[in-house]
Amino acid sequence: MNMLIYLIPIALFMGGIGLAAFLWSLKSGQYDDLQGAAWRAIADDDLDPPGS
Amino acid sequence: MTCCAIDAEGVMAMSTTAFSAEEIALASHPLGGGLHQLDLSVPDVHCGACISTIERALTALPFVSKARVNLTSRRVTCIYAEKIGAQAVNPAEIIAAVAGAGYRAHLYAPLAAEGDRTRNQLLLAVGVAGFAAANIMLLSVSVWSGADAATRDMFHWISAMIAAPALIYSGRFFFQSAWNALKHGRTNMDVPISLAVTLSYAVSLWETMHHGEHAWFDATVSLLFFLLIGRTLDHVMREKARAAINGLARIAPRGALLVLPDGSRRYVPTEDIAIGDEVAVAAGERVPVDGVVVSGESDLDLSIVTGESSPVPVRAGSPVSSGSMSLTGSLILRASKRAGESLLAEIIALMEAAEGGRARYRRIADRAAALYSPVVHLLALASFLGWGFLGGDWKQAMLVAVAVLIITCPCALGLAVPVVQVVAAGELFRNGIMVKDGSALERLAEIDTVAFDKTGTLTMGGPRLVKAEPPEGSALSIAAGLAAHSRHPLSQALMHSARTTPVPFDRVIEIPGGGLEAVSCGTLYRLGSESFACRGLATQPAEGSPFSEVGLSQDGVVSARFFFDDTLRPGAREAVATLHAAGFGTVMISGDRQRVAGNTARELGIPRALGALTPKQKVDQCQALNSSNHRVFMIGDGINDAPALAAAHVSMAPATASDIGRQAADLVFFNERLDAVPLAIAVARRSSALIRQNFALAIGYNILAVPIAISGLATPLIAAVAMSTSSIIVVSNALRLNAFGKSIPAGAIARPAGKASEAQAA
Repeated sequence: MNMLIYLIPIALFMGGIGLAAFLWSLKSGQYDDLQGAAWRAIADDDLDPPGS
Repeated sequence: MTCCAIDAEGVMAMSTTAFSAEEIALASHPLGGGLHQLDLSVPDVHCGACISTIERALTALPFVSKARVNLTSRRVTCIYAEKIGAQAVNPAEIIAAVAGAGYRAHLYAPLAAEGDRTRNQLLLAVGVAGFAAANIMLLSVSVWSGADAATRDMFHWISAMIAAPALIYSGRFFFQSAWNALKHGRTNMDVPISLAVTLSYAVSLWETMHHGEHAWFDATVSLLFFLLIGRTLDHVMREKARAAINGLARIAPRGALLVLPDGSRRYVPTEDIAIGDEVAVAAGERVPVDGVVVSGESDLDLSIVTGESSPVPVRAGSPVSSGSMSLTGSLILRASKRAGESLLAEIIALMEAAEGGRARYRRIADRAAALYSPVVHLLALASFLGWGFLGGDWKQAMLVAVAVLIITCPCALGLAVPVVQVVAAGELFRNGIMVKDGSALERLAEIDTVAFDKTGTLTMGGPRLVKAEPPEGSALSIAAGLAAHSRHPLSQALMHSARTTPVPFDRVIEIPGGGLEAVSCGTLYRLGSESFACRGLATQPAEGSPFSEVGLSQDGVVSARFFFDDTLRPGAREAVATLHAAGFGTVMISGDRQRVAGNTARELGIPRALGALTPKQKVDQCQALNSSNHRVFMIGDGINDAPALAAAHVSMAPATASDIGRQAADLVFFNERLDAVPLAIAVARRSSALIRQNFALAIGYNILAVPIAISGLATPLIAAVAMSTSSIIVVSNALRLNAFGKSIPAGAIARPAGKASEAQAA
């Protein structure tokens, strides 16, 4: 019973991290172009240099 | 990866509409700091190589700071600097660069911000509901596996706290929709959903407070989660189709060149043109507003306005209507109406008056809900009263009633329709057919008569050389050499059908309303209408001849004649034959001359052709068919078809249609072939069969589960298992449509004959 006091917050926290990651991916526009992202991943050259 | 290596010159030649720097500046919007953002739609991109080609071509321009292709919506967002140093840049180079890479590019007004926001809200709601459902389910599993009373209570409390915000946040879509329906005295699928969700939450909370054994928090939240997935898929599908349609070239001009009293010219948006203003229209441009020609002569292509297939000559004093294209000469017009009150406005008024199938149609899910929810609610009430009076335990009675509501909550019913429609729309999308909303598919499955427009729908709206007299010899290459200097559709057709090298001419004069004239080696060549070629000496051609005729003369003597007919859309004959074989009636309603319409209809095997119809008469035809118990599927493209498209039970337009035609139609097909018509009907029929199967499955499941709930045996565990299985069954049944798409049998669209012969005779 005592361990539940630790385990439940941990479980909720891990779920919360998942939710936060989803919210972040949504906000940063990762669902805007699903087909394009699939192609960009296998492009030879760096179409999308970091910081652009 | 040469799949997308489109011939660049071909694209350049194809895009007859060149954008001026002013028009582009009008379409782009400033970001501040001298930067502008321009959104272009590029309908031809379809792979990774296309992305890199376009992005590289654009970033190579010195003034472009960022270019990003969105493959899903087929768009390029380009950010460019207004000036380099002190010199203003020409944004038209951006479009030229895309065209130079081999892609068509259209200006695109970004309207999608609204749609994107709704999509993100829905996705967020799915995320929140998913988070809540997963965590509550985790806690519920430990309760079901036999937690002791104290732990159970604690888990119930945690579940209640997770469920409450999730319910309010994710459930608001259903609550709002249900409230709207109730306010208007109707019911829809969202009413039983909202009721079950709120009631089950309230009862579970009450149970938790009284240390009860059963709480339904998991069922409540996972129900929302499943239904939101269906709703989000539905929304994404519609957005995708809408984005594809919005990305098409806009046909109506955005602005026009205003001729100021001092003779200078200024480019203004069409909305700013006042009555009495003079507007310059160059050859190859579309007329921006209704008006009267002040000076200049030209031939106008009215195919998109009235359906008339041959160009009409205009000169000073002739009225012109917006949307028609000046082919051969430049015109100065005096605007007689404002842009908002021109022909287009009349058409829109007609469209609103004609609003047919769409407005009256009730979605199949809503019709089902109208039957379903009273039954379910009465059932729950009956079990509440029954258990209360017979058992005497009102708390137990309440629990049973809620169990009935949860078990019967139309989770499967709520998924039964959207999932099938999403799969069907995806199948059509892959075949180049965009469906604007799910109800269009439902209506399409009900039709029995197909009405076609002629110009631009059954035909390509452009002429083709059918006969030359004499068939051989140098005449054709001379004619092709002359024709190369003109934009007139007949000239273009002549040029393309010449197999020999055209004879080059240095100087060709185009005489609007007449034809082309050139002098070479002392001989005067004329190409045009017979009266023009022979200086009015020749006999008039037979009145109403189905063919357009062009003569070539050398020093006034006719040396060759060319006959043209409209090019039929590829696959048109096969499509009509397939429709007849499947038992559909067909009819042609055209704005072109009766003789021409009749000829095309005969060639295609369409039994009934009505010509010379005004937009109003087209609507009347549609309504007459509707009122004689036929359901009409209208396919048309022109401005004049728009009201009929709105009046028909369901409608479709080709991608080349007028802006208003595309807006009025429920479906838009992107490929050239008319096979899209039977294919769309086949998929719609198949999906309607699947929807009915899904309803049967969902109701069958209810018939099994309801007695369990009424007898008071439905624990939360049973509810959760039953709900998930029924959803999975319904979704897997819907996915069977994909297998169907891979092999469409010829008889797939066969319908029980009956009304068909009637329709043909009507």
